[in-house]
Amino acid sequence: MPAYILRRILMLFPTLLGVSIIVFLMLHITPGDPAELMLGERSTEAAIQEIREHLGLNKPLYVQYGLFIGRLLQGDLGETIMTRQKVWIEVKERFPATIELTFAAMLISCFFGVIFGIVSAIRQHSIFDYLSMIGALIGVSMPIFWLGLVLMLIFSLFLGWLPMSGRLTIGVDLDVKTQFYILDAMLTGNWLAFRDALWHLTLPAITLSSIPMAIVARMTRSSMLDVLRQDYIKTAKAKGLSEFKVVIKHALRNALIPVVTTIGLQFGILLGGAILTETIFAWPGVGKWMFDAVMKRDYAVIQGGTLFIAATFIIINLIVDVLYAVINPRISVK
Amino acid sequence: MLPGMKSNPMPNNTPVKNPEDRHPFIDQVEQLWRNKTAVAGFFIVLLFILTALLAPILSPHSAVEASLYDQLKPPVWYETGTWKHILGTDDLGRDILSRLLYGARVSLMVAVFSVGVAFCVGSLLGALAGYYKGYQDSLIMRSMDILLAFPHILLAIVMVAYLGPSLRNAMLAIGIIYIPRYARIVRASVLEECEKDYVTASRAIGAKNLRIIFVTIFPNCLGPLIVQTTLGFASAILDAAALSFLGLGAQPPTPEWGAMIAEGRSMALRAWWVMTMPGLSILVAVLGFNLFGDGLRDVLDPRLRD
Repeated sequence: MPAYILRRILMLFPTLLGVSIIVFLMLHITPGDPAELMLGERSTEAAIQEIREHLGLNKPLYVQYGLFIGRLLQGDLGETIMTRQKVWIEVKERFPATIELTFAAMLISCFFGVIFGIVSAIRQHSIFDYLSMIGALIGVSMPIFWLGLVLMLIFSLFLGWLPMSGRLTIGVDLDVKTQFYILDAMLTGNWLAFRDALWHLTLPAITLSSIPMAIVARMTRSSMLDVLRQDYIKTAKAKGLSEFKVVIKHALRNALIPVVTTIGLQFGILLGGAILTETIFAWPGVGKWMFDAVMKRDYAVIQGGTLFIAATFIIINLIVDVLYAVINPRISVK
Repeated sequence: MLPGMKSNPMPNNTPVKNPEDRHPFIDQVEQLWRNKTAVAGFFIVLLFILTALLAPILSPHSAVEASLYDQLKPPVWYETGTWKHILGTDDLGRDILSRLLYGARVSLMVAVFSVGVAFCVGSLLGALAGYYKGYQDSLIMRSMDILLAFPHILLAIVMVAYLGPSLRNAMLAIGIIYIPRYARIVRASVLEECEKDYVTASRAIGAKNLRIIFVTIFPNCLGPLIVQTTLGFASAILDAAALSFLGLGAQPPTPEWGAMIAEGRSMALRAWWVMTMPGLSILVAVLGFNLFGDGLRDVLDPRLRD
């Protein structure tokens, strides 16, 4: 096992290197002068010259890449045009909001996805099975930005039950420590803010969870069906165990092994989907920040944000792979 | 007809019900026909393609011409609705139905182009990696891993941000992010096929490498590829709509479904239909490709069943 984990960690480096090369080259596939692009249209000749010097844009490409990596290792992702702040500081400010949203979406999709999957498998060919599988198919076929807008139209505009945008109603006091509003509210015992933050989180989280929920439900169902056909399940039933015990104690553990991998893969969908969801609900996370940067052509932010999200995704995948090896010992033997 | 099926019937289809020597393709079509959801998917896909092709004939109005007297007319089932604009009009008085019909055209074009790019480049890379193995394999597949290291759609958004927003760049970006899927599938199939006797035989009679790859082996890898292509159409339509919604894909006044949702957003309270109809169109088209693709997978590629 340790050897497997070590090998998996070593494999990180070539991937990270490749990602950094792609992000670096992106600035150079753009038509036009990178220095001018980075500073925007209304930049002075002197400022352009300065950034050229700073980024080494007049040097050969491989030297530029070396400089880029050097700055990266010092945690220097450049400055934004929008606020003239360090990109790294802005990422750190916004990342908790994105984590809160993706985590909530993950929780919703795993919980309901697994339950729907199990019940559909046990009651295969029942009305419940058909309805939930049709629901799952619709879930993966629906554009999430449209789902978000429709939910917003119904629950915020027509019914007025849930807030439309942001993380907290203006005027609600919250002592922000960790930047995770739900957690902050709980820690300080501020239940008014807790409720408010939770209400704000509901619609974006449901929107973002739709696709992963559908995928997890389908995966759980088919994996459960496979396991339920196995001989040891027949044995467990034959010795008189209740159906509930057979499913929960005997079948579920094995059935969930492939589901864990599926769940890990969903993080990519979630992090990508966060850009759309955050934009619609004005959720102040990394996704909305990057979208704003794309609109304002703030290339330092796009570059930094892309690197940051890709690195997060790679590390999450590593954790999922290791977890997978822990629950399924067969994998490390190979 | 699915080429190559004759020389290599899929292993899981081997129980031959009919002792006559029937072509496996007929069995596969019959199997597909028995799957009701796949048939439903097939008809939705057919409807979508016909709509796209016949849009100029079917559309009652122009998709791009504004008509200032017809702003925000409701659909026909409203008291104030008229048969002139069955699904109502948008804020510029353009007929929603006509825009949706032309939108099918844009979506079909995007899907064909981006999946086409991914299919060609991905299959080529995958076939080379699977056939030559060794360092070519490592090099190609590690680059694919790097593309996969970016969360889905993020890479497309960023690429378009650099290349400049336009439908062409959006299609290109989506095509590029789909390459790894095809490369992986083809590589796996080629690796499997390479071990078989017919490849050895072909080599023994002196066929050149490229001929073996593309003429001998490749047709036998088509099953899983056809499945992936059908499902790829579904995700390409979704992703193109997302890019256009963000303003990075089709530019106004192009009647693209995602862009139409973005345009209808600001008037959602006054005129819900402007935003809702294009969303439903995307849903139906994507659902069709997904249903049909799932059915095809059951028939052509039993290994991939989830």
